[in-house]
Amino acid sequence: MKELKISAIREGAVIDHISPENAFKVVEILNLKDKDDIVMVGVNLQSKKIGKKGVIKIGNSFPTKEEIDKIALIAPEANLNIIKDYNVISKERVKIPDVLEVIIRCANPKCITNAENHKTKFYVLEKSPLRMRCHYCERIMEAADIELV
Amino acid sequence: MRFKGKDIISIRDLEKDDILYILDVARKIEKSPDQDLLKGKVMASLFFEPSTRTRLSFESAMSLLGGKVVGFAEPGVSSLKKGETLWDTIKMVDRYADVIVMRHPVEGAARIASEAANVPVINGGDGSNQHPTQTLLDLYTILKTKGTLENLSVGMLGDLKYGRTVHSLCIALSHFNTKFYFISPDALAMPRDYLKDLERKGLSYTEESDLIKVSKELDILYVTRIQKERFPDPMEYKKYAGFYRLDKRILSHIKKDMKIMHPLPRVDEIHPELDSTEHALYFDQAANGIPVRQALLSLVLGRIE
Repeated sequence: MKELKISAIREGAVIDHISPENAFKVVEILNLKDKDDIVMVGVNLQSKKIGKKGVIKIGNSFPTKEEIDKIALIAPEANLNIIKDYNVISKERVKIPDVLEVIIRCANPKCITNAENHKTKFYVLEKSPLRMRCHYCERIMEAADIELV
Repeated sequence: MRFKGKDIISIRDLEKDDILYILDVARKIEKSPDQDLLKGKVMASLFFEPSTRTRLSFESAMSLLGGKVVGFAEPGVSSLKKGETLWDTIKMVDRYADVIVMRHPVEGAARIASEAANVPVINGGDGSNQHPTQTLLDLYTILKTKGTLENLSVGMLGDLKYGRTVHSLCIALSHFNTKFYFISPDALAMPRDYLKDLERKGLSYTEESDLIKVSKELDILYVTRIQKERFPDPMEYKKYAGFYRLDKRILSHIKKDMKIMHPLPRVDEIHPELDSTEHALYFDQAANGIPVRQALLSLVLGRIE
């Protein structure tokens, strides 16, 4: 039987080791359906590390810091590889930053950021399990409370 | 911390030394107030939510030191009714006053105001989030009556789940090696996040629903009202209203110098028969709002370095 493989890209980004259930969330974060360059999405691929994994390859563009922060929140297990001239020039696990600005909503309906549609800011208190404090209403949020902007 | 121009939004923003410095300034002002200290300064008093004690004590604090007050006590008179955002309201008031004191029903409102304003903003309560000046006057009251804030056994009684004052006081007292006793029905217990913070700091606490079991240990008993407005379900409220009622029977179960505090208003948590005992500290506590708020105003306005 013929096997289809995801081919290499010359320049761009590869997001690897995504848990399969998170792969399409990452697709959404990166807004890939609107890209007009090469995009490859693989799910349930074999992985020595995690059994099954998702991989996303994007040609000729690189995720922004905001997008990487969002990926770190939703799929903290993912690796981000930057490719130039078919070579991996950097490979690192996505990291949750100490301060999260703009990218998530506050889960507290009584928070001013929800009442007046104001930009949000959170201080990460612990990364695993995730605990963060809203800069405005000071409520603690956990991973289950995350809603991306 | 240099206080000139600083905002006072959350007790979390203040280090132990900042707190002690504010209380020391309050003590000096109370001892010898200077009637012209805030002369020429204007305080905008923006109360988007009704309040008696906080508003009157801020306005009185300002007036007693020679400052002027402008503002409103009802949201109906502000342009918020016309759909103006808080950000825009503050941007406008910022040009009219040297300091803004505000209370707002929405959590985080004071922080946003402080980002919109160039002049210092003092939070007079933002929903169930923070009320730092209440906490500072609570600390001042404890310091005055006990002579120290260190190593005291402090009981907090009533609604510890929704009670903003006990949350902030818990954070503030954690600087002073306090032994905490949290006394509440299980459903109104101190939230886990606060307990975790105490554990992280290596502080000990006891959770108990029966006051009598721990009352003999206490130097301070901080009583709170079980607040109807904080309960999502009125049936839940009915279940707990009147759960604790302090009266003379408590006197045989407490230390001689144990003091009872309450942020007021009380409903039926403390019987008036306790008012005349030497344990009752709640009216002094309310009066201490004046020197503490005078200290804060003088510091953020730069009239005291």
